[in-house]
Amino acid sequence: MSQTIPATGRWSDLANPTRFVGFANVLVPWLGGLSAALLAVGIWMAFAAPEDYQQGITVRIMYIHVPFAWLAMMCYSIMSASAIGTLVWRHPLADVSLKAAAPIGAVFTALCLVTGSIWGKPMWGTWWVWDARLTSVFILFLMYLGLIALTRALDDPARSARAAAIVTLVGFVNVPIIKFSVDWWNTLHQPASVMRLDGPTIHPSMLWPLLICALGFSLLFFTLHLMAIRTEIWRRRVIAMRRVSARRADAGAA
Amino acid sequence: MSHELFVAAAYGISALGILGLVAWNLIDQRARKAELADLEARGVRRRSDRAATDGR
Repeated sequence: MSQTIPATGRWSDLANPTRFVGFANVLVPWLGGLSAALLAVGIWMAFAAPEDYQQGITVRIMYIHVPFAWLAMMCYSIMSASAIGTLVWRHPLADVSLKAAAPIGAVFTALCLVTGSIWGKPMWGTWWVWDARLTSVFILFLMYLGLIALTRALDDPARSARAAAIVTLVGFVNVPIIKFSVDWWNTLHQPASVMRLDGPTIHPSMLWPLLICALGFSLLFFTLHLMAIRTEIWRRRVIAMRRVSARRADAGAA
Repeated sequence: MSHELFVAAAYGISALGILGLVAWNLIDQRARKAELADLEARGVRRRSDRAATDGR
């Protein structure tokens, strides 16, 4: 099949799993090193940044909580793009990308919920409320768990790919709901202070460490996603090779 | 409880979660690599390899 696809650009190049593994082999050490360096700098900056005049030192939770929340939504958006890749272009790695991203997204969403809860107790006086923001992020977490189960439910990944892609796309409706929940409903959670049309309302002394941390966690996500895709390619290769070997053993016995 | 404790708990749990995720990825990757190496050592090849050598 690879002979019939002209190598026109990067995307079609990367559709070939062997080429993708080569690409990941080159990129993963650099991305991993860069994300570790950025996270070290970002967290050092976070602890050097001034305390909040109202929240005291608990504002330091922001430097991890906010990147986790952004990544929870970014990961789902990447999975939705992969789902379109599966359904529309039948890109051979789109389903692999979706499956590989789900556990990473689930961990980031869980950490977002946990760090938010730990921040909520001293600042709001409660670990949890069922307001629109917290509830919609909790639903996102449940969707990640559902997709992890669905992408691993069947032995033949090609059969679960379509179902997982459709469920992912249907669930994408939750992403704008999470983003705008704080504007549409009366929530205990504060509205946006960075990604707003009139610009960030957060002081640069706190905005910079936050952005560096967010970039570091984003690169960490891409590192882990590339690694997980590569591992999934190997997993499927092992399954295919075992099938070939079993068939050969059958032919030998007959 | 002091606020330091909340900050430490948030960072501690996050570090555990992230390190766990990285470790799981590395363990999974290592196991699949070992399986591939084992299959190749036993002379099992992929269909695409065979197709290339058999000229099919």
